[in-house]
Amino acid sequence: MPAGGAGRRLARWLHRRPAARLAALLTAPLLWLVLAYLGALISLLATSLYAIDDLTSAMVHRLGLGNFRAILTEHVYRAVTLRTVGIAASVTVIDVALALPIAFYLAKVASARVRSFASVAVLLPLWASYLVKAYAWRAIVTPSGGVLDRWFGGTPGFGGIAVTITLAYLWLPYMVLPIFAGLERLPDSLLEASADLGGKAGRTFVSVIVPLLKPAIVAGSIFTFSLSLGDYIAVRIVGGTKQMLGGVVYANFVDNLPLAAAYACVPVALMVVYLALARRTGAFENL
Amino acid sequence: MHLSRPARMALRLAAWFGLAFLYAPLAVVAALSFGRSKSFAWPPRGFTLQWWSAAARNQGARDALGVSVRLALSAAAIALVLGTLLAFALQRFRFFGREALNFAVVLPIALPGIVTGIAMNAGFRQLGLELGFTTLVIAHATFSVVVVYNNVVARLRRLSPNLEEASADLGGDTFQTFRYVTFPLVRSALLAGGLLAVALSFDEIVVTTFTSGVTGKTLPQWIFENLARPNQLPVVNVVATAVVLLSVIPVWLAQRLAGGAPGPGGR
Repeated sequence: MPAGGAGRRLARWLHRRPAARLAALLTAPLLWLVLAYLGALISLLATSLYAIDDLTSAMVHRLGLGNFRAILTEHVYRAVTLRTVGIAASVTVIDVALALPIAFYLAKVASARVRSFASVAVLLPLWASYLVKAYAWRAIVTPSGGVLDRWFGGTPGFGGIAVTITLAYLWLPYMVLPIFAGLERLPDSLLEASADLGGKAGRTFVSVIVPLLKPAIVAGSIFTFSLSLGDYIAVRIVGGTKQMLGGVVYANFVDNLPLAAAYACVPVALMVVYLALARRTGAFENL
Repeated sequence: MHLSRPARMALRLAAWFGLAFLYAPLAVVAALSFGRSKSFAWPPRGFTLQWWSAAARNQGARDALGVSVRLALSAAAIALVLGTLLAFALQRFRFFGREALNFAVVLPIALPGIVTGIAMNAGFRQLGLELGFTTLVIAHATFSVVVVYNNVVARLRRLSPNLEEASADLGGDTFQTFRYVTFPLVRSALLAGGLLAVALSFDEIVVTTFTSGVTGKTLPQWIFENLARPNQLPVVNVVATAVVLLSVIPVWLAQRLAGGAPGPGGR
């Protein structure tokens, strides 16, 4: 930037006006978010209120609540919603059970060197392809000849159990990280105090660690629950004939976009409720 | 906490078991890609590179790789600009709606991908935009903004405001201060954020499915379409292994650059 000249004058003008500086920074990203994302969410809602002409399968731009009525009253949709919530809840419980020892070992037992190595080791798979990870489980649970079948003498095959295991695997790092961060903030002196007062390891865990870790666990569960609710990749790859919410949205997307849009609002509504409950525990500071 | 030796051993075992659980499935796919068998038969028999060379010659996979690379670079470039602007705005200023904006940045990755995907599809249709490479770039840039934003914000938080004030005291104007003081200090965070955005875009499949056109499929879409074809299985194993490597390498680089591990807010 040459001293003097237009650039310098503009710089001086900006320096005196913080509002102009803010506007210069915010205009582009704000427009993008509003147009590309919030606009998209609004058209999702609008589309969910449209209908499909039975004869031509064309979208009818007439507003109505027919799609939502179908989702809430028809047996198939209710069954799929309930199954999806059940699977998402099981995935969350499994991930908590797996993440607690890993995080506790990393935060409180492991040496500094192991800790820095292992925390990167937990993170890297997070970035490996979601699709490939689900696909890997197809190789593992494949009946007759898969890894589980050959080495462990039995496999659940494709279905609800395989979907639950795969999803638990996919989202495990999302649970380990907040719990690990929560444990790092937990002072050792509290654990020692509990031991001094006669608390055995189990008692310390239940009465001291878990209550203090609750916000971190809830923070992790936001990811494991939300991501499980919307999944259709894992269910397509290892789900066999079992259906989940995401799979139904995907299946309806070509023929009946309004219905798919309405059904996609279900995980949003569930997450809004979940987030409202989670907020009370102070989980948001742990995200 | 004073743990008995057996308790420590049990914890250590559980932790390493957990880590193995994270890597074993990826290792299975990689191992299968070198095996002779054309099915998921385990353990793989023999060692061959024939599937790797078959994958390298596969025109569909090569076209898809080209699309994925161009898409990841374009989306990351846009996300880099938008994410950096947002980071400066939200970190340096207090204004009405700041919290809401912060929330809106994270929303595309906090909601299930299928919601973002179908919402963007509905949005593009409403605008009359034909689905294709452009819509893919818009969609990918939107969910990648947050990883750049997170990296730059984390760096700005650690930066002392004294440096910029010193520059101003020495007569540096707004632009000079940015160019000679602030930018060099945030450069590695920008690079790290950009690499993470590339990695995120490169292996995304859900939003991609809903925002791509009939032609010009990405590499993950190629995998998804070829999953059901039994004779393509060995080549799919190779492409899957390659996708993992190609997305993990930028993340590893980013982690070195940013001097800290990228967290789950980045996804």
